[in-house]
Amino acid sequence: MSNAPLQLQNLCKNYGALRVTDDVSVNIEAGELHAIIGPNGAGKTTLIHQISGLAQSDSGRIIFDGQDVTKLPMSERARLGLVRSFQITSILPRFSALENVALAVQARSGSSFNFFGNAAAEPKLNDTAMTLLARFGLAGRASVPAGQMSHGEKRQLEIAIALAAQPKLLLLDEPLAGTSHDESQRLINTLQELRRELPIVLIEHDMDAVFALADRVSVLVYGRIIASGTPQSIRDNAEVRAAYLGEEAA
Amino acid sequence: MSVNNFVDLDTPAAAALGVPARPGRVFVLPLVVFALFALVPLLAMQGPQSFILALVTRIMILALAAMSLDLLIGYGAMISFGHAAFVGLGAYSVAILSSHGINDGFIQLGVALAVSFLFALFTGAISLRTKGVYFIMITLAFGQMLYFLGTSLAAYGGDDGLTLASRSTLFGSKILKNDIVLYYVVFGFLLGAYLLLRGIVASRFGRVLRGIRENPVRMEAIGFAPYRYQLTAYVIAGMIAGVSGCLLANQTEFVSPAFTTWQRSGDLIFVIVLGGLGSLHGAIIGAAVFSLLADILSHYTEHWALIFGPILILVVLYARGGIGGLLGSKP
Amino acid sequence: MTLTLALVQILNGLQFGLILFLIAAGLTLVFGVMDFINLAHGVQYMVGAYFVAAFTAMTGSFLYGLALALPTALAFGLLLEVLIFRHLYDRSHLDQVLATFGVIIFLNQAVKFVWGAAPLNVPIPDALSGTIEITDGMLYPVYRLVIIAVGLAVGLALYLVVNKTRLGMLVRAGASNAAMVSALGVNIRFLFTIVFGVGAMLAGFAGAMVAPILSVEPGMGDNVLILAFVVIVIGGIGSIRGAFIAALLIGLVDTLGRFFAPTLLRVLLDPATASQTGRAIAPMLIYILMAAVLFFRPSGLFPSKQ
Repeated sequence: MSNAPLQLQNLCKNYGALRVTDDVSVNIEAGELHAIIGPNGAGKTTLIHQISGLAQSDSGRIIFDGQDVTKLPMSERARLGLVRSFQITSILPRFSALENVALAVQARSGSSFNFFGNAAAEPKLNDTAMTLLARFGLAGRASVPAGQMSHGEKRQLEIAIALAAQPKLLLLDEPLAGTSHDESQRLINTLQELRRELPIVLIEHDMDAVFALADRVSVLVYGRIIASGTPQSIRDNAEVRAAYLGEEAA
Repeated sequence: MSVNNFVDLDTPAAAALGVPARPGRVFVLPLVVFALFALVPLLAMQGPQSFILALVTRIMILALAAMSLDLLIGYGAMISFGHAAFVGLGAYSVAILSSHGINDGFIQLGVALAVSFLFALFTGAISLRTKGVYFIMITLAFGQMLYFLGTSLAAYGGDDGLTLASRSTLFGSKILKNDIVLYYVVFGFLLGAYLLLRGIVASRFGRVLRGIRENPVRMEAIGFAPYRYQLTAYVIAGMIAGVSGCLLANQTEFVSPAFTTWQRSGDLIFVIVLGGLGSLHGAIIGAAVFSLLADILSHYTEHWALIFGPILILVVLYARGGIGGLLGSKP
Repeated sequence: MTLTLALVQILNGLQFGLILFLIAAGLTLVFGVMDFINLAHGVQYMVGAYFVAAFTAMTGSFLYGLALALPTALAFGLLLEVLIFRHLYDRSHLDQVLATFGVIIFLNQAVKFVWGAAPLNVPIPDALSGTIEITDGMLYPVYRLVIIAVGLAVGLALYLVVNKTRLGMLVRAGASNAAMVSALGVNIRFLFTIVFGVGAMLAGFAGAMVAPILSVEPGMGDNVLILAFVVIVIGGIGSIRGAFIAALLIGLVDTLGRFFAPTLLRVLLDPATASQTGRAIAPMLIYILMAAVLFFRPSGLFPSKQ
């Protein structure tokens, strides 16, 4: 019996006749940053959807923090501390950056079935949110509507929101997608800090980032994990090179 | 997955909501509106008082129902096309109790609230399982269901409706017979509902509701289950609309299944879009413009709907954000 | 006696259901393919009835009237599409609902303006005005049987077009994924116009067919519209097959419910209460049915989008 915080056991998912997740079993150990890589269409985002609860699995089990969460909706998994970010930036565009984060703080602090009092003026929520924004270099942008921020800022905000929800494990779906070189450098630095605080599952296309950050890497091809191991062993794996890395290099 | 199934968010009023409002300016327009309403009976003494009182009372009742719908559509992105059903429930609560000799206003109001609560809970629980177009149509159908129930209640007038023996009594007194008293009672309810809803949309609950309007998936991802919040808002809105039905029955001293038709629900949506979605006081402005327009046009021609319909189309096509948007009432 | 009476009610329900199908077919396709909520679809039915009334009066023949009414209804639908609906496809559902609600308000008044508020009567054509004996001593109007036959024929034709032709394939593809059809290089606007035109004409046709057995009056499309909504919601938006099955279901449940509910309740209640309760419950049956279907299947019986 493993006590890994996140255990995927024989997960499957079909869309019609198409099997997008095929018998995926992997344990995410405490304290590790586990990267999942694979060519486009390998089913990486679907897997994150299944783990986070946005998509339900057809079979298999997901054990999080010692609890079977396979059938739980996304909101309940989030409350248990299994929190995700989105590949396509998913923020509340008309809310200020501060309110985006404060709302996630609110989710884990007291009841939200509270019909009186001005939520936007609650110091307890705003102070925590402000601290998080500051950590991501967004303190000066707190009152800007999130929809009007730059792409790189939105990617930072996305992670700040996820952290505000008090995760015990973080699922990051291509946090570097579409960022400039400088922005992605900044995000990589952020992730370097975060990996010391909690286990992270990272989906990423940027191989330099993956090999710089990951403790372990799993390679997903056509919904199957074809290899799992240290970055070095993955780099040296012939099957992986044929299926995936070779393609990238060519 | 679509980020927002219900409401297009490109209206200026909606744009304003997420950002903390600069206090002060936001409250100027509502303050003016309520001050005007408070003074109407005094001003009306200079003219045809009973006509003006009746008209403005009607406007305030319409505004009350529309404002509750604004909580759903403007803040919660739930396009309910059956909101008039609750107005009908409130009105029939008064009329049916009255026909059995129970005229006490508090009992009638209590029953109306209870019935609205139950109907909202039942229909909301089913409707909110669906999304987008399905939600619009299922609410519409539930409203229509109530309409047909009304028409088949032979004991209570059926199709023809039911005339009230008397207006509600308060503490045994027939004080509501006085149109000015009724006016201020309606005014009180409108002001009370406005303050209540203003509080709710700014509260923790309201912020979650607004967040769900913006991006339900994001809200789930940080741990909020949209269904419970939406259902709660649906019930609150239904109960407020039920109150407006109580007042309507007292004002017209008559109820009819026609109160609950989907055309009435459509009128309510028209009113809040006309006044500007997601601002609450927009519902009041919309109700005033809607009623005055209908009143004035019907003075000139019996075919006033020939003008009214195109106005609605033009507002949708060209005046997004409604009158509130045109007045620049955004913070 | 009861059996023959039941048979008559079943035929009536079938006829009502097929009329609902003619209206719902266009509505569900327009919804499915264009993601466009057209509340004004019901007025198309009303306008069809008015056109046939006007043209029948003009030509003295229902058949000529029908022949003229169909293309006119089509032209009218396309005119509305060009003038108003086209500007709404990219808008939110709320905008679509409101603007088409405005169209209803206008057209309900417009027919009053043109033809007066009093209901018009369209005579049943002589050749079809008789009755035939379906069982011993039970007569049924020929014209209603004609409606059933025509409804079934149109249903079959639609089924063949949607399932067996290239156009039908595009429509089905469009209903499940409009962006993909567009990406295939198909002129989606043109496809929209065809689907819309056919839908409008079918609704007009339904109105024209019932004109001889119902009174033609302003607002006659409004309640039918709601029923058509119930049909496509139960059937699953975008599905012709779903619309067909749900329309028959609604037609039968509504007709039989009104007839049998008071009788059935007599088992439980005294006759007077039973008949009153029965009459109160009967019109609500289809909405209860819809609520039940959506409770278990929030996207209807045959959802075309996954």
